[in-house]
Amino acid sequence: MRIGVITFPGSLDDRDALRAIRIAGAEPVSLWHGEHDLQGVDALVLPGGFSYGDYLRAGAIASHAPIMSEVIDAANKGMPVLGICNGFQMLAEARLVPGAHTRNDVQHFVRRDQHLLVENNSTAWTTQFSAGEEIIIPLKNADGRFIADADTITRIEDNGQVTFRYVGMNPNGSADDIAGVSNERGNVVGLMPHPEHAVEPGFGPDTATHMRSGLDGLRFFTSVIERVLA
Amino acid sequence: MPVFVVEVMPKPEILDPQGKAVAGALSRLGHSEFSAVRMGKRFEVTVDGPITDATRARLEEIAREILSNQVIEDVVSITEVTA
Repeated sequence: MRIGVITFPGSLDDRDALRAIRIAGAEPVSLWHGEHDLQGVDALVLPGGFSYGDYLRAGAIASHAPIMSEVIDAANKGMPVLGICNGFQMLAEARLVPGAHTRNDVQHFVRRDQHLLVENNSTAWTTQFSAGEEIIIPLKNADGRFIADADTITRIEDNGQVTFRYVGMNPNGSADDIAGVSNERGNVVGLMPHPEHAVEPGFGPDTATHMRSGLDGLRFFTSVIERVLA
Repeated sequence: MPVFVVEVMPKPEILDPQGKAVAGALSRLGHSEFSAVRMGKRFEVTVDGPITDATRARLEEIAREILSNQVIEDVVSITEVTA
């Protein structure tokens, strides 16, 4: 079971994603934006960061990177793809998931341990969660406000494509408190918070019982391993 | 060399926090008669070679597909300004 992580110029969390994949029990494979080669991986992660300086719009230039033609092709054939933060913005710009992102309504960068509601546990990346479960993973973004027109919001709500919702507070003004969405098929998931930062004791978010003990992010990766090996 | 100016604005119904912050600053500086500001983008695109209908059509497509994101933005004008 091999999971690829694509590094773009300006990616920041690619190494954390590779590490999370290893901790979850799969083989991480480092991929490069400028090539046309997915190296036979079984699943893909588009990591967080500020690809190409986020010039033009967050994720916009990266969504046209050379490797993205292979990513779009693989995603349309059903390969599991997870876009985290900047990766979510890339997926939206590439139209692999609905919607778009603008600047946080509060204007500034927000970093916090964020409570999320798991709305759909049948996607390739969420089978290890229970529907309605509340999880905590870190959030850190400037352009995190998820937006779509009213018809699109109704459609993705009705289709169960809203995968995660912010709980307790909405950190960036996203429509319907939406934190993550999937494509119709459920193999492509994008979310603004960072599961790869909540996979290892001592480095995750605080929980009710222990500091930095949150490991909720690990189940994104164990979910996809289960899905691919099934 | 021929230059095209492409102007892109956030859709009217989309909150523009940057414009809102500028409007707030103007108000604090005593310019309260300027009650609203919306911020967009201006692209100056230089063209090598002659301008044909195909050039214009391709630029319109680029403006719609790459320079703007139609979910959140509109291309409000494309103007030729020969430099």
